[in-house]
Formats: sequence, structure tokens, C-alpha cells
Amino acid sequence: MDARDGFTFDEVVVQRDAVRALDGFSAWVPGRGVTALFGPSGSGKSTVLRLCNRLEVPTAGRVTFDGRDVANLDPLRLRRQVGMVFQRPTPFAGTVRDNLLAAQPRASEDGLERALAGAALDGSWLDRDATALSGGEAQRVCVARTLVTRPRVLLLDEPTSALDEAAAVTFEHTVLDLARDGIAVLWVSHDQSQVRRVADRVLRIERGRCVGQGLPDSGDAAR
Amino acid sequence: MNGQVSVGGLLTSLALVAVAALVSLWQRLGLERQVLWAAARALVQLLLVGAALSLIIEPGRSLAWSWLWVLAMIAYAGDVARRRAPEVPHMMPLVIASFGAAAAVTLGVVFGLGVFPVEGRTLVPIAGMMVGNSMTATVLAARRLIEELRDKRDEVEARLALGQPAGRAAKPYQRAALRSALSPQIETTKATGLVFLPGAMTGLILAGVPPVQAVLVQAVVMFLVLGSVAVTTVVVTLGLVRRLFTPDHRLLPLPRRPDAGG
Repeated sequence: MDARDGFTFDEVVVQRDAVRALDGFSAWVPGRGVTALFGPSGSGKSTVLRLCNRLEVPTAGRVTFDGRDVANLDPLRLRRQVGMVFQRPTPFAGTVRDNLLAAQPRASEDGLERALAGAALDGSWLDRDATALSGGEAQRVCVARTLVTRPRVLLLDEPTSALDEAAAVTFEHTVLDLARDGIAVLWVSHDQSQVRRVADRVLRIERGRCVGQGLPDSGDAAR
Repeated sequence: MNGQVSVGGLLTSLALVAVAALVSLWQRLGLERQVLWAAARALVQLLLVGAALSLIIEPGRSLAWSWLWVLAMIAYAGDVARRRAPEVPHMMPLVIASFGAAAAVTLGVVFGLGVFPVEGRTLVPIAGMMVGNSMTATVLAARRLIEELRDKRDEVEARLALGQPAGRAAKPYQRAALRSALSPQIETTKATGLVFLPGAMTGLILAGVPPVQAVLVQAVVMFLVLGSVAVTTVVVTLGLVRRLFTPDHRLLPLPRRPDAGG
């Protein structure tokens, strides 16, 4: 068995009604650095992410995290180790503080500020209304909210697709800083230039199958 | 007159049904056949219920018949709720369980603490008030919960992705559903006596019961309805949350209302 760290996907199939979202997907996502998951829309990118934190389960095949079958892990504990940021910002009603406490009700003030700092925000944000922020700000609050549980992996589902260019670039820098601090990132994107800017490694997905793994500019990954 | 309605009186009151049918004809609503059918059906149903009730609550008759009547009412209400909210999975068993819980609480207070004596004459109408009023509220609460979880799926999954257990992730949406189901009942309770005179009280006064006595009975019924609406909606929404999430805390795909557009 392959005991490499990070996520391995072994012939994974996800079938929803008559549709196969993944059709024998096999790939490796290392436990460090930024891995981009690149492919056209509808190719199964989001499904791969959702398998990593068990918001979805495979119909067939196996997903492992650090060599252990995800199906055998406690889903709540897994999700605290594997944070996720969605395509559209999902601030909860209330202040930024309420949002961060939703992840960890007993978090200390220090813990909250550390999480905000990870998302390039500071303590002055804590009392702002989370639902009145711009898209880019809200998305960074969502990253901070995820960081409260001190995850080892960050799953990003096209997190800049709803942001303007300046906000997207700021967001990219924030994530690259987190990766440098040791958090592994799996970044879903259909923007090739973004993949080149952020990724150490690229998985290329088409019609539910991994059709290339490698470096961002190598022929087999990004063609 | 002591509130007794004669056959002649009943026939005269049918003139009012004719008024409704005439309005429909005059305004070309095309509802006159439905008006007549509804009135005829209601009359027959009420007469049948009246006959059955007089058999069941006759002095000396075993109370078991009354309990059987209550059980049948609960089962029927479960079926009606299921048909009214076909998009809600497991609606019938949930509604039946919620009525069971509400019956235990409300009938426990009303009869257990001696507000009314336990007789067929009190048990059947009290349970009827409880079931009838709570059914609409449970349908409302269940529908609203499904709508909330479906329309805010991203938000719910963001909560799950933070490691929140399903029950906690669903809490804000369950709260919204409960509020929307309880608020109309609270409004009705507040407006009672000022804006309208409720049915039980009106019936009692018409039947010749002194108004103060009628008011006391009505107050008990009102509080009973409020309590049972609270219990049934909370049981239905809690039960529904358990069925809309998997044991490993994933939100299942949620159905749309069959009559909803888009």
C-alpha cells in the first residue's frame, strides 16, 4: 500500500443518479505545497475536493489521507484538519468574531487574531458585520474561519472566481504565505494563468478522470 | 332560544351558501359547483362525526373508544400532512411521532392536573383541537426547514466543513423554521378577544353557556394549542434534521416542492 502523506485517490468513482461525476479517478495530492486541480467545468473538480473532507463519499474506489482510508476516519475530526473554502464566500450572519467562533466556540482571543493574521486581516476586523463585507474581504474571513481549527490542509474550490482581479491577487498571496507556513493546499481552478502563478504541482482532470499529474508547465500536466 | 338549531334553522342557513354561489356566478369565478359541493360535503361529514361522537362519548361507554378515536385522528392528520408536503421525506411517521409527544405533554397537563375530567366528552374535542391546529404548523415548519437547508446549502456545508456536527450546523435554519411556524400562533393568541372571537368560545356562547365560563374554556384550549404547536414543530424539525443528514454528517440532496417554479 502507498503510505505517502497527503491524499491518494485510487480508482474513485462517484455516481449521482445517472451521472458519473468521477469515473476511475486516480491521483496523489502531497501533504505540502500547493497542488492545483485544473480542468474544464463539469469535469469533477469540486467532487474531488468534497471527497477529501467527506462532504461526499465514493461510490467505488478509495481515498486515503496520510495512508489511512478516509472512510474509517471520524468525519468531524477530519474536517477540522482539512479546511475548505467555497467558490462563493459563505459568511454566516453576525460579526466576524461570531464567524470565527462557529469553527471553535472556545477559541481564545489570541487564537482568533492568529487566524485573522493568517488571512492577512487583523483584530480590528473582529467586530465587523460579516455579511456587509466585499467579496474579497468575505472570502478572506472564510479563510480565517477555517484557520481557527488549525488545519493541515486547505481545500479551495475556485475561491477567486467571484472576486475582482485585485482581490484575487491579494487572495493568492495570502494562500501562498499559508503554504509557506506548512499548510498543504489543494486549489481547484480553471484559470491556467492562476495555476502557473500559485501551483507547485498540477493535476489535470477531464470527464471525471485524472489525465495528467506533474509540474505546472510540464507537458503531461497542463498541455 | 337556548342555542338549539332546528332542521328548519339549518335549512335557512343554507341560504348563505346560496349567497356564496351567487357571488361566484355574478363575478364569473366558476366556483359555484365547488361551493355547493364543499358545503354539502362538510354537512354530511359533520353529521356523520356528530353521530359517531354521540355514540362514543355517551355516558357509560368505555373510554377506550375515545382513545381509539384520538389515534385515528392522529393517523389521518399524518396522512394529510404527508399529502400537503410531499417533498418532505418521512413526513407521516414524523408527524405521528410529534403528535404523540404533544399529546403526552398537553393531555398530560390538561387531564393529569385535573383541568378537565378525563371523559370522552372532553378527550375527543380537546385532542381534536390539538391535532387540527398543530397539523398546519408542522407542515409549515417542515417545509420551511427544507427550503432553508436547500437554499442555504453552501452555508450549511461551510458549517459542516468546519467540523460542526449535523445538529449544530442545522440549528440556525431549524430556528428560522420554528419561528415561522410559531409566530402566526402567537399572533393569533395575542389578537384573541380583540380582533376575533375564537370558535370554541363562540360555539359555547351560542349553545347557552355563560360567557365567563366559555372564556375560561377557550383560554385553556388556546394555551393547549400553543403548547402543542410548540411541541409538534420542535419534534418534527428535530426528527427531520436527523433524516436530512447522514450519520457521518453530510447533507443529503434536498427535493424541491412539486408546485414550486424554476
